[in-house]
Formats: sequence, C-alpha cells, structure tokens
Amino acid sequence: MPEQSATRSDNFVQLTFLSKPENVAFARVAIAAFAAQLPFTLEEIDEIKVATSEAVSNCVIHGYPDSLGIVTLRADLVDGSLRLEVKDEGVGIADLAAAKEATFSTDPERMGLGLVFMESFMDEMHIESAPGRGTTVVMTKRPTSSAQENVNDRQSDHEL
Amino acid sequence: MKLQLEKIGRTLVARISGELDLESAPLFREKIDEALLEYEMINRLVLNLAEVDFVDSSGLGVILGRYKKIRSRMGSMFLVNVNPSVAKVFELSGLFKIIPAKDSEQEAIQSS
Repeated sequence: MPEQSATRSDNFVQLTFLSKPENVAFARVAIAAFAAQLPFTLEEIDEIKVATSEAVSNCVIHGYPDSLGIVTLRADLVDGSLRLEVKDEGVGIADLAAAKEATFSTDPERMGLGLVFMESFMDEMHIESAPGRGTTVVMTKRPTSSAQENVNDRQSDHEL
Repeated sequence: MKLQLEKIGRTLVARISGELDLESAPLFREKIDEALLEYEMINRLVLNLAEVDFVDSSGLGVILGRYKKIRSRMGSMFLVNVNPSVAKVFELSGLFKIIPAKDSEQEAIQSS
C-alpha cells in the first residue's frame, strides 16, 4: 500500500516524533506549511491546523495514555488534494462508534470535540483501530478555490 | 502561550496570547485556578483572546473547565475579542452559547 500511495503522490512529507504535547504545535505548523503548496485559503489552512492538532493530540492522550510512543504523520499531495495520515501504535480504540459520539470523552475537561472538528474541517475522515495495535486516521481536504477553477474551466470549454 | 492576569474588583481579567492547545492548556488551568483559589471573592472571569491565534479542543476543554469552576461559586464568565481565525471552533463547539462573547473588557466587566 505505501508504494501505491507513493506513486500517486505528487509530493509528500513524513514526520516521526515522540508522543509529547510539545510536538503537537510542531506537527500542525509543519503540515500547514506543506499544505500551502495547494491553493488553500487562509481559513482552510487554519482548519487543517486544527484537524492535525486534534489527530496528533489523540495519539498523545488516547494512543499512549500511560507511556510515550511513536507518532507517524504523513502528508501527501494527491490529485490536487491534501491527504493526511496520522498513526500511532498505541492502545487502540475498542469501540469506534462510541468514540465518535460528540459527547464521548474519557476526560471531563475535554469536550470530546476532537473527532467532530476533524470531520467538520476536512472533506473526508476515516479511522482504523484495533485494541493493542494502534490507531490510524486518514483525512483528505481539497482546496475550494481549485474546485471553483475547475468549474470555470468547464464553463469556458463549453463556451468554445 | 503567555498569560497576564489582572484583578479588577471582583473580576479576574485573563489576557492570553499565543496558542491554547494540549501543551499550553495545563499552564492556563494552573494559573487561573491559583488566582481563583487566592481570591475567593472573585465572581467574574473575563478571557481576553485578542492575541490568541490558535485554539483546539484541548483549549476549549480547559476554558469550559474554568467556566464550571466560576459557576460553582455562582459567578459568570465572558469572552472578549475572539479572533476570526479561532471563532469557528467556538461556534462549532457551541461554547458561545454557554459563555457569552463581548466586544471589550469594559463591556464584559459591566454586563450582568
């Protein structure tokens, strides 16, 4: 699978780091800088930063609750879209459906909003998890401005 | 994240700058809770977010936690100067419905 995604990818970065809260800001800033290669608006870049922050924070809090572990973050440019993959090899999620409930949170001071933000701010989000084997989140987002250009292209083609 | 606290009467004004996320949230919680513990008469918490350029669910969680704390002593809480770049997470979370946003510290201090 990695080979296949590599051939489809126009560009990628991959970051591997320890599951420390200090690395969350680093991760979102790096991804925001990489995503700026696509014609995202500033607002969309802000949304990508929040989604990245949530995914990496989940690895730190839920993936490795009692220890430090490795977080792998890979960003690809695929067909004009940004594809983000955030992976930990931590404890995993036993009940994905429960985890997706908006009010679900294992910590009273957190609002269980992480997944809501990831789903709202990205076009697609997919989670794979197995207890004891870790969790992988894949998210994609397409710049709205490029969608607009495509529409314009099609319109001008039509006029010709 | 940097935090400046000022006590004005029975109001605690917290001026925050930088980012509120998983790394900075514990410090924010600690500093506010310390001040609330030290000044038991405080019944109003005003968060000035003018210099805050990033908030995620960890940041919202710690803000909600302070709201619960001030409510438990029958107090109130207000947000001031929420940047457009962070307003979206507040809107989406529904936090604006719980913690009202005001245009200035003065307005937040005077409103009932």
